[in-house]
Amino acid sequence: MIVRISGEGQFDLADTESARLNELETSVVAAVEAGEEAAFKQALAALLDHVRSAGSAVADDALEGSDLILPPADTSLAEAESDFTGEGLIPD
Amino acid sequence: MAGLTGRMSTVVKAKVSKLLDRAEDPAETLDYSYQKQVEQLQNVKKGIADVVTAKKRLQMQESSLQQSLVKLDTQARQALSQGNEELARAALERKNVAQTELQSLDTQVTELEAQQQKLTDSEKQLRAKIEAFRTKKEVIKAQYSAAEAQVRISEAATGVGEQMADVGLAMQRAVDKTENMRARADAVQELEAAGTFDDVTQLGSGEDDIDKQLKQLSSQSAVDDELAKMKGELGASPAGEAAQISSAEGAPAGESGQQ
Repeated sequence: MIVRISGEGQFDLADTESARLNELETSVVAAVEAGEEAAFKQALAALLDHVRSAGSAVADDALEGSDLILPPADTSLAEAESDFTGEGLIPD
Repeated sequence: MAGLTGRMSTVVKAKVSKLLDRAEDPAETLDYSYQKQVEQLQNVKKGIADVVTAKKRLQMQESSLQQSLVKLDTQARQALSQGNEELARAALERKNVAQTELQSLDTQVTELEAQQQKLTDSEKQLRAKIEAFRTKKEVIKAQYSAAEAQVRISEAATGVGEQMADVGLAMQRAVDKTENMRARADAVQELEAAGTFDDVTQLGSGEDDIDKQLKQLSSQSAVDDELAKMKGELGASPAGEAAQISSAEGAPAGESGQQ
């Protein structure tokens, strides 16, 4: 399974990691919904750290698309909140 | 992809797919597809250059503020040693504002440096992918029928398209950040243009508008502290202590000997 951390690169993870990723991602979403900046930062960092440590970096010249794309490490709570309300990072 | 149905990744992925549609049309010819990728790469390079320009602008403001700090500090000391506490305070108020601005500029420069590094890394990845696409495109053209080639090229283009979309997102974030910073930098420039950090001895008598603004902008407690510190260093204040200085000057060696 290929996971991209936006603004960073792609990582190759075993398919068996998806349960753990899902768990970590749920914490991120919960923190956003609760509007807790510190918890959000921590949960996002934990998620991205897990991708980095459990996965291996995909070569720059690989042409595979990603199965999952995660937001950049420096995403703010406000950015994440506007993501969920449909006001994306990229204006239409 | 089983199991991963989280809202967050779905949203992010949908956004990238949208960009992907915009960036890649599978119906286009292979060579045109590659040509477009190369054009996008140029745009990314321009984007990085813009971040560098914004950073340089902030750095120039920093060095100009740095000079003002030194100048205002010197003037405050001179004013104080001449017993002109009011002028010293005015200089220190300016210095305090300049210092605050300098700190904020410093944070912004660091931030832009991080953005620049990220964009440079992304650009490198994109360049590698476009190069791989170019090679693959030639192989596919030589080995497969037109219909089959189209399918395989679409697969390969997905990887490039995704990277392009991701660089696009990173660039947009960088642009948003530099725009916020520009507003702040413009505000500093306005203060500079109004002569805020200029020679304090050029002040007219009485308070002008700049002084009123400065009183609001500067931290009065910080100014008080610095004024007190400076007085301590100079061992001087307008009235009473001035006499002590002259007596101390009269017998410097003897005084230290008695301690």
